[in-house]
Amino acid sequence: MSVTVFNKARIVDPSRGVDEIGAVIVDGRRIAAAGKAALNQGAPEGAVVIDCAGKTIIPGLIDARVFIGEPGGEHRETIASASVAAAAGGVTSIVMMPDTNPVIDNVALVEFVLRTARDTASVNIFPAAAITKGLDGREMTEFGLLREAGAVAFTDGRHTIANALVMRRALTYARDFGSVIAHETQDADLASAGVMNEGLYASWLGLSGIPREAELVPLERDLALARLTGGAYHAAKISTAMAVGAVSRAKADGANVTAGVAIHNLSLNENDVGEYRTFFRLTPPLRAEDDRLAMVEAIKDGTIDIIVSSHDPQDVDTKRLPFADAAAGAIGLETLLGAALRLHHNGDVPLLRLVETLSTAPARLFGLPGGTLKPGGAADLTLVDLDEPWIVSESGLRSRSKNTCFEGARLQGKVLQTMVAGRTVFSA
Amino acid sequence: MTDASSLPLFPHRHLLGIRDLSPADIELLLDRADRAVSISRQSEKKTSTLRGRTQINLFYEASTRTQSSFELAGKRLGADVMNMSVASSSVKKGETLIDTAMTLNAMRPDILIIRHQSAGAAALLAQKVGCSVVNAGDGAHEHPTQALLDALTIRRAKGPLSKLIVAICGDILHSRVARSNIMLLNALGAQVRVVAPSTLLPAGIDRMGVIVSRSMAEGLKDADVVMMLRLQRERMEGAFVPSIREYFRYFGLDAEKLKAAKEDALVMHPGPMNRGVEIASEIADGPQSVIQEQVEMGVAVRMAVMQALLDPRRNQEGRGA
Repeated sequence: MSVTVFNKARIVDPSRGVDEIGAVIVDGRRIAAAGKAALNQGAPEGAVVIDCAGKTIIPGLIDARVFIGEPGGEHRETIASASVAAAAGGVTSIVMMPDTNPVIDNVALVEFVLRTARDTASVNIFPAAAITKGLDGREMTEFGLLREAGAVAFTDGRHTIANALVMRRALTYARDFGSVIAHETQDADLASAGVMNEGLYASWLGLSGIPREAELVPLERDLALARLTGGAYHAAKISTAMAVGAVSRAKADGANVTAGVAIHNLSLNENDVGEYRTFFRLTPPLRAEDDRLAMVEAIKDGTIDIIVSSHDPQDVDTKRLPFADAAAGAIGLETLLGAALRLHHNGDVPLLRLVETLSTAPARLFGLPGGTLKPGGAADLTLVDLDEPWIVSESGLRSRSKNTCFEGARLQGKVLQTMVAGRTVFSA
Repeated sequence: MTDASSLPLFPHRHLLGIRDLSPADIELLLDRADRAVSISRQSEKKTSTLRGRTQINLFYEASTRTQSSFELAGKRLGADVMNMSVASSSVKKGETLIDTAMTLNAMRPDILIIRHQSAGAAALLAQKVGCSVVNAGDGAHEHPTQALLDALTIRRAKGPLSKLIVAICGDILHSRVARSNIMLLNALGAQVRVVAPSTLLPAGIDRMGVIVSRSMAEGLKDADVVMMLRLQRERMEGAFVPSIREYFRYFGLDAEKLKAAKEDALVMHPGPMNRGVEIASEIADGPQSVIQEQVEMGVAVRMAVMQALLDPRRNQEGRGA
């Protein structure tokens, strides 16, 4: 077994509250030591010793909301291409959404994903299965069997379940299996034909707006049902200050509730739509600056538990259209860390907390391995130069689709090496 | 034709919206349009200003009025005009806007006129083609030539627009005409009011440079101009307003409501009208109505816009990519 020593690195491990200069020793697939104490341990014969002075090691990122085109949309992204993009972004685990064709709503599809991942992917792929068959919001899928097969959570992906009774039963039944129900909330009627945040800017552009209440109304319903059922509910992608308030109240009531936010809603606002830039057409839409600031605050104070990329590859055919006709979504695996680190660099969120939301917290929330540098755990880790600036360019991105919101953006914090179970899957 | 070289060069390659225009740009187009009116009133209406130039009308939404106005404008300037009828083209077979644009672009037109149901379509087209693009209406975004022809109609009847009170009434929410007019009228210093039920007002309307009113009596008070907007049938049967009857009762322009405005107030409508819905026939055909003048000014404004965009002085710089 090979041994790698990352020497003199700044070690940031939220799972143990560690932020110190030390060494990380990887022995085979596992972490043997990580911390100050390991500095003087001395490397065994034949070990690869990497001088990491000035560099930082964090647990590999766990991106809990990733849309992949396989099966059914391989021209947009495959499990293999997503994993290459993830590795380059310092992401060592992905929770894959069930919005595929066919939908991941039965055991055979979960097995297909895991098999394909085993054969082609370089990072960990954890499938989430649909809550309802065909994502149509009516009949529950086989939570028990799907969980046994390897589904780590249940979600209807981009879809919001309109029927409150279906949601109640899903929360109730999932509780028996200790499964989380992750849900994006956007009321289809209130959102109607909306394509961006409702407000003055949308009005001038002549685009139909999506009111904040379209997110809040079904969210409040879900939170009430989470209180009622005691089921584990995860508000997958909130974007508004009012949703933060609702989640915060539910948490205060002791409901088993968590929340996530897409990196775009932390980094950008509705003005970035500019003159109908379709790459900025997202669900939930980019909101006003006040909402973005509320997201940042909620990350800091813990109301929002995790940050996701909401990586959603779209090709030219679905994006080179008038704004209202274009598909929603943006890729994000490769820019997740750099964009998130803006919050660290400008002093908004402490580094330890930021890494927690990107790694430790999603691992805990979905019961996944990783999210820690604790000795004995799988060596899923990311070596990063927190200060190195880089400019995002479409041509440099590894994802099969190029619909990034960060084209030309200056990010600070570059991934130098990514390791999954002791194997280097990316090095700059 | 009067000598155009005495007029300043129009500083834009496309006309995508009023938002891009300065007050001076607007006045320039109106001045040009004034001259074009006289051409249309001669018995010999054809000039050679745009002889040899190719104009393509690409209309994704049916619009007899606007399309024929652009067609006539082009023909009176001597251009070769081609109408792309979307219903019988490959667009119906699923070709994207950009693919269509590239195809048309390869035919080397000098100017493309586009009407499309989606906001931003004209701007998207302009990025992809090498010729001038005129927005003839994109979704609920802008309809700049309509606002210009409205301004020309008002200016010819009332003089400078500054300080005039203009009330825009009806479906502001879905109206590109309203948006372009609000911007243009504000640019020229008019006082703009909007009158509509709250369900037909866009979010943030109070920050769009208008005075909002929910009653015709209040909104029309002392107005110099009353602009009515068309209300689509599918929007007046319960979705945005409960019924035609109720809508007409509160927001339809009739003789009684018009009394609130100045005695010589102009009554305008971009057409096509729903008589008995947003406007009573007696008003539409009455002495204060300038609806027919608007149609005439439409041709003149479109001639002016095309002349300005295809100014031969600009051609010396060569065609851009």
